[in-house]
Amino acid sequence: MLPTLFSQLLNGIQYGLLLFLIASGLTLIFGVLGVINLAHGSLFMLGAYTAFLVVRAAGSLWLALPVAIVFGAILGVLLERLLFRHFYRREHLDQVLLTFALILIFEEVRSLVVGNDFHAVPVPAALDFSVPVTSGFSYAAYRFVVIGVCLALALLLIWWVERTRLGATIRAVAENREMVDVLGIDASRVHLTVFAVGTALAMTAGALAAPLTSVYPNMGDGLLIISFVVVVIGGLGSVSGAFWSALLIGLIDTLGKAYGPSLDVGGTGGLLAAAASMSVYILMVVVLLLRPSGLFGGRA
Amino acid sequence: MGSLEPACVPTLQTLSLSKSFGGLRAVHDVTLSFVRGALHAVIGPNGAGKSTFVNLIAGEIRPSSGSILLEGRDITSTPVHARAHLGIARSFQRTDIFKSLSVLENVRLAAQAVHLPGMRSYATPRMARDLEAKALSALERAGLAHAVRRTAGTLAHGQQRQLEIAMTLASDPKLVMLDEPLAGMGQEEGDRMVELLKSLARDHAVLLIEHDMDFVFKVADTMTVLVEGAILATGTPDAVRASAAVQAAYLGGA
Amino acid sequence: MTDASRMLPRSVVGWIGLGLGALVLAGLPFVASAYYVGLITKAMIAAMFALSLHLLVGGTGLVSLGHGAFYGLAAYVVYLVSPEGAPRPIWMTLPAAITMASLAALLIGALSLRTTGFFFLMVTLAFGQMIFFVFHDTKLGGGTDGAYLGKPLLSAFGLVLDPLSLPRSKRGWPVYYAVLFQLIAVYLFLAYLLSTLFGRTLEGIRINEHRMRALGFNTYAYKVAAFTIAGLLAGIAGHAWSLHTGFVNPELVGWHKSAEALLMILLGGINSLIGAVVGALAYTALGEFAQAAGAYLSAFGSSLGDSVAGRRIVAVGHVLSERKLLIEGIVILLTVLVLRNGITGIGNRGWQEGLAVKNVADDECDDARHRSAAEDGRKRISRIGARGNG
Repeated sequence: MLPTLFSQLLNGIQYGLLLFLIASGLTLIFGVLGVINLAHGSLFMLGAYTAFLVVRAAGSLWLALPVAIVFGAILGVLLERLLFRHFYRREHLDQVLLTFALILIFEEVRSLVVGNDFHAVPVPAALDFSVPVTSGFSYAAYRFVVIGVCLALALLLIWWVERTRLGATIRAVAENREMVDVLGIDASRVHLTVFAVGTALAMTAGALAAPLTSVYPNMGDGLLIISFVVVVIGGLGSVSGAFWSALLIGLIDTLGKAYGPSLDVGGTGGLLAAAASMSVYILMVVVLLLRPSGLFGGRA
Repeated sequence: MGSLEPACVPTLQTLSLSKSFGGLRAVHDVTLSFVRGALHAVIGPNGAGKSTFVNLIAGEIRPSSGSILLEGRDITSTPVHARAHLGIARSFQRTDIFKSLSVLENVRLAAQAVHLPGMRSYATPRMARDLEAKALSALERAGLAHAVRRTAGTLAHGQQRQLEIAMTLASDPKLVMLDEPLAGMGQEEGDRMVELLKSLARDHAVLLIEHDMDFVFKVADTMTVLVEGAILATGTPDAVRASAAVQAAYLGGA
Repeated sequence: MTDASRMLPRSVVGWIGLGLGALVLAGLPFVASAYYVGLITKAMIAAMFALSLHLLVGGTGLVSLGHGAFYGLAAYVVYLVSPEGAPRPIWMTLPAAITMASLAALLIGALSLRTTGFFFLMVTLAFGQMIFFVFHDTKLGGGTDGAYLGKPLLSAFGLVLDPLSLPRSKRGWPVYYAVLFQLIAVYLFLAYLLSTLFGRTLEGIRINEHRMRALGFNTYAYKVAAFTIAGLLAGIAGHAWSLHTGFVNPELVGWHKSAEALLMILLGGINSLIGAVVGALAYTALGEFAQAAGAYLSAFGSSLGDSVAGRRIVAVGHVLSERKLLIEGIVILLTVLVLRNGITGIGNRGWQEGLAVKNVADDECDDARHRSAAEDGRKRISRIGARGNG
């Protein structure tokens, strides 16, 4: 019982850290640019498929990571320059539809290039073993690596946002968009950076996750909505808030899905199990009703 | 707070009203009264808390402490829209009209809000005519009778400020709060505004926030100087002008 | 064009146009094949769904990503109230479906409308997902695969109309006319509603909710009312879907469905009622057109023999006819980039400005503390040093 719980806890943390990579980009994009980007989940999908293709072509997941990062940054720049910069002042409706269109287009392009099959992505041979943690319990080495890499990226991101000048500028704009005028900040550089970083992070998360989840159509959908939950609970525009919120959500969702079905005490027809998988949505609704600024951060 | 005799009750009172944002004190321990028939100007440097004070009275912000009484009745926890029904009307510093609607419709909505309470889908022809009449008379008083059919967004800035005032009049309020009504107006319009405000003050309690000192001294019956959220001086314009503290802090020793 | 009477045609020409449209729809089954009768029925159901969303978006300014929930819920209710093998008559299924949809909308609206803007979008999305999970993860409605149901019986006042008793080519007619009738009723109802005092108040809320509140309107109550009515109307559309297809699945409740409805009203034009109808019809027509064009191109391309040009044309044709989602994505992209006021708004810039103005004011007024924070910032920056000496 305990080893399973332990492994679920680690899974939760690992999932949460991946969520953080996605959600941090999302919270910056919305907090700084004011754009609702529904396509962020698709970026995760693109990262995963990039890893799949690189591994298939070159055999190495290590190569896939930098490729995903670079590709992500380039894609982010292109998206911002060509599309999103026209939408900063537009209605929410337009932004929702634009990014929804991107989801469809990305999925279809993926389908045309790779097809609709479910593909496994092999873990690098060097990491294909289990690390014994206690006498009765061992955990996949690759998962530890994912946790490590995500933590490293998270710390890097948080350091960048909290300690560098550009990061401070971004934080200031996220907190109070009017400051852009008051302080004379170069808005377009900020926008470009935020978009490139956000996109790259989401794709990196996808590349890291590919061996764990395999790649399949619409894999980004479920993550998208959960990422928004993380963003809302963590506070719009707050990277550190997104960190704690992502861990919380990661744990709740993982534990809920792991132990939820066992809650199906005869006769409820799966309702309790459904409630367990809905637990994060219920949490978001409760938070929004009680404390719209988020649990952990956001605009003070 | 006990109820006072009707004859002595000021239209609006704030009692030790305070508001802090985090560590910053925006409004501190402000006790003021506004009475019908008097135009009470609140002045002070930028960031002195004047707009915050108006927002507190209007209900847009909850106070950190203190209370607000409307004709003796505690309205500190009354929501924004209910305060309008109780007789508080305000104009906004940044013009906040319905730009895509006609001038008449703007004011008609203001009249409807208070004179046809409750959620309704239907107004009898007589009710509709009454509302329109109220709107037209408010527009006339504000000097916009000629522009009734125009789209509000096409008005000149000064005219939009007039529209703001017309909207406050349409609800027959007890307290009228005007947040920098003069901003963007020319000389002639400003003179017209002096007359309008003086006539307003006869029937309502008026709270005026303005930066134009010449204007304020022409129309105000009472003045309060706010600095960093707290009252520096309050009294008749002459008394305030003569106060050394005020001269040092704000009027620059003029 | 400054008040809500734009919902109804302002001129005789407009009324004649509407009347003609209704007549065309009424006469269509006589000249079209059974396939097209079914297709237009689907388009009319989509139009009802889009109209219900218009009340929220174009009428009150509320962008919801969970509207599909009420549509799908109504469809599922029909399944749930029909026992195995014995379809229920409409006068039982319709009230049941509408009641459930309205109750759900009232409950969800009362909670969601405590938030605004982006948060409202997220909350409606969350609620929609919750309802999706209820049908997707439980055996309530047949789970992920959905369920077939006996189509409701068209019966009234003791008369029963069994479609199977009609010749094959006319089997879709009863449902077609039932749906057409409902569409016209919904349209006229909304047109009336939006021209009343209630509708004009909603319009004021859409344009500047903050000011409406300051004026004295209880905007929360109005929004909940609009949300509930919109849910009710979506319920009518959902019920019609069961009536027509006899099949329900969780996708009816999902957020893709809600996004599709948003697209339809944007495509047709957010600012008018007829825009919702036009958008739904155009959306359906585009789908069919892409399919037909694709098939044609594929045939044409293969007739060119084994040449590069031929193969390319076949490929394009294949994309058009098979890749529905890609076409949909491109259409949305073009609509949002180029056709900002929708089909009915071509050549008309005024309204977008009105909406854009509202959005800017909304951003600025949405949190008063936002402004105060800016004021504080400026205070910190420009300390005048005004400390009074006693």
